[in-house]
Amino acid sequence: MTFMKMTLSATALALMTGSAMAQTQVIGVSIPAATHGWAGGMNFFAQDAINRLEEVYPDLDFVLATASDPARQVNDIEDMVATRNISALVVLPFESEPLTAPVQAVSDAGIWVTVVDRGLSVEGIEDLYVAGDNPGFGRVSGEYMVSAMPEGGDIVVFRGIASTIDNERVDNFMAAIEGSNINVLAAEHGNWNRDTSFEVMQDFLSRFPNIDAVWASDDDMALGVLAAIEAAGRTDIRFVLGGAGMKEMIARTRDGDPMIPANVTYPPAMIATAIELTAVGLTSNAPVAGEFIIGSVLVTPDNAADFYFPDSPF
Amino acid sequence: MSDTTAPPRRGFTLPPMTVIGPVLALVLLIVLGASLNSNFLSAANVTNVLARSAFIGIIAVGMTFVITAGGLDLSVGSMAAFVAGLMILVMNAALPTLGIGLPLVLLGMGVALLAGLCAGLLNGLLITKLGIEAFIVTLGSMGIYRSLVTWLADGGTLSLNFELRRFIRPIYFDGLFGVTWPIIVFALVVIIGEIVMSRTSFGRHAAAVGSNEHVSHYSGISVARVRLVTYVMLGLLVGIATILYVPRLGSASSSTGVLWELEAIAAVIIGGTVLKGGFGRVWGTVIGVLILSLIDNILNLTSLVSPYLNGAIQGVIIVLAVILQRGRKASS
Repeated sequence: MTFMKMTLSATALALMTGSAMAQTQVIGVSIPAATHGWAGGMNFFAQDAINRLEEVYPDLDFVLATASDPARQVNDIEDMVATRNISALVVLPFESEPLTAPVQAVSDAGIWVTVVDRGLSVEGIEDLYVAGDNPGFGRVSGEYMVSAMPEGGDIVVFRGIASTIDNERVDNFMAAIEGSNINVLAAEHGNWNRDTSFEVMQDFLSRFPNIDAVWASDDDMALGVLAAIEAAGRTDIRFVLGGAGMKEMIARTRDGDPMIPANVTYPPAMIATAIELTAVGLTSNAPVAGEFIIGSVLVTPDNAADFYFPDSPF
Repeated sequence: MSDTTAPPRRGFTLPPMTVIGPVLALVLLIVLGASLNSNFLSAANVTNVLARSAFIGIIAVGMTFVITAGGLDLSVGSMAAFVAGLMILVMNAALPTLGIGLPLVLLGMGVALLAGLCAGLLNGLLITKLGIEAFIVTLGSMGIYRSLVTWLADGGTLSLNFELRRFIRPIYFDGLFGVTWPIIVFALVVIIGEIVMSRTSFGRHAAAVGSNEHVSHYSGISVARVRLVTYVMLGLLVGIATILYVPRLGSASSSTGVLWELEAIAAVIIGGTVLKGGFGRVWGTVIGVLILSLIDNILNLTSLVSPYLNGAIQGVIIVLAVILQRGRKASS
């Protein structure tokens, strides 16, 4: 399912490998702080990848900075350039707009730039782009809904924080269920938050006497939704489809919980892919410039064991 | 900004706008909700709204005292998340020795109350003994508690043991005579708060301190002690709110209680308490909390506006509620 779209940029590569070898090179990694479950997993996998790579490549040093807002992330990146003399930057932008100009400055200084997950608002700045597949996430979720409810039914949809990511997911979900008999009763923002989703689901339950299924679109939101359904004692909801692959939810799918028959991945470990590829680019002559899109995979009881990572906090 | 520190008295005409303003806004919202959805006034929906208002509501009662005494506390949301995390950790840790039962739940409650009390005491001492601005102290502790809970949870989510969660769920979902515990506790806190604010010397001292520190000092009121007590009370109430919060979803993470401080402060101000201190109204705060909860509820029950605009609707209603309250003084 994972596929690579490589657009070779030979010049950038020659630049990197030419000056490499001999002395220690530093890779800066700048990511948002662990402010929610997915970001917590991403922090875990970033740290994990760095620990592993420091053993594999004695010539590489890593600086990891976590920022709680875009302004601080800009400061982190400036500090890395000014004081750590980084050869490459792996950045998961907090927000696209505020980070575009600072990252462009890094790129203009001749430093390799790997952008992860959230694209910058100007194209062509980064040397390598590693991202999850948001349109695919929505499409796979929608296709699952159609296959799980061939006769159709009434569903409610939970959206994340209003953003491009959320729009891409929801638009593709809607496109995937188009033409089926699945009817979306309502869609509200649960903001990828358990408490908010709990309250929104309570209100949906008051509003609609019959709901056949819920697209919670995220596992944190799914947990809030499940708690609200349980508290109301409603039995009309057949299943809740979350997403992102939180380990508790993957475990429940694996163990055959009828309310959580499936999951759709959006792996926080993509940060590890990005750091790994950047390290490969710095230390070898394997070309890594281009785009690396990590597909969203449907998890069912059959393959759930492959997506269960007991050590991850997410 | 006017200098009014007490509600204007107008004799025998209608109650002043500061009194009927928030009530009027609440009544309008209820009429709107009922006309838009027939389930709005159903017992289930009313219970949902009141129970979910309890967290912010209980905290906002404490915030009313802090603000009345001329203080501010930005740390309550983070504090609630931290206390919830701590409560979950302690209960999970004590599970093998105590087993699932009342002693374990009492231990959890004790931890929450103690942690809230200590957190409030710490804020209060830094503000009163060291004389640091409340805004700065609590901005600092807001960051500290938020980071601590993230650290305790290792960036993820702290969850209660599954069996234990089953056992304590009734604290949020059950109650007496069909009224759930959060609503009962919220009501008790409000009644006690209202009595303390309007009928005791402490309530009057808090208003005096918020109104004029120096005059209060020369009148023999211990300004520092009154302020300290308001922060300790608020901490304790955060502990109580957490005790009700944890049984709901049985988990805490770094996204727990985000922006609760602003919701609590907004509720207090909507309710007619003066932001710079000197005058506080506990019952008004309750109205403020209910207005905030009802806006969310009504928006979820209908599809009148794009969900993108939810924040705008909330903002408009908050400002409108305050304008209603100011009435004809608005021109100055």
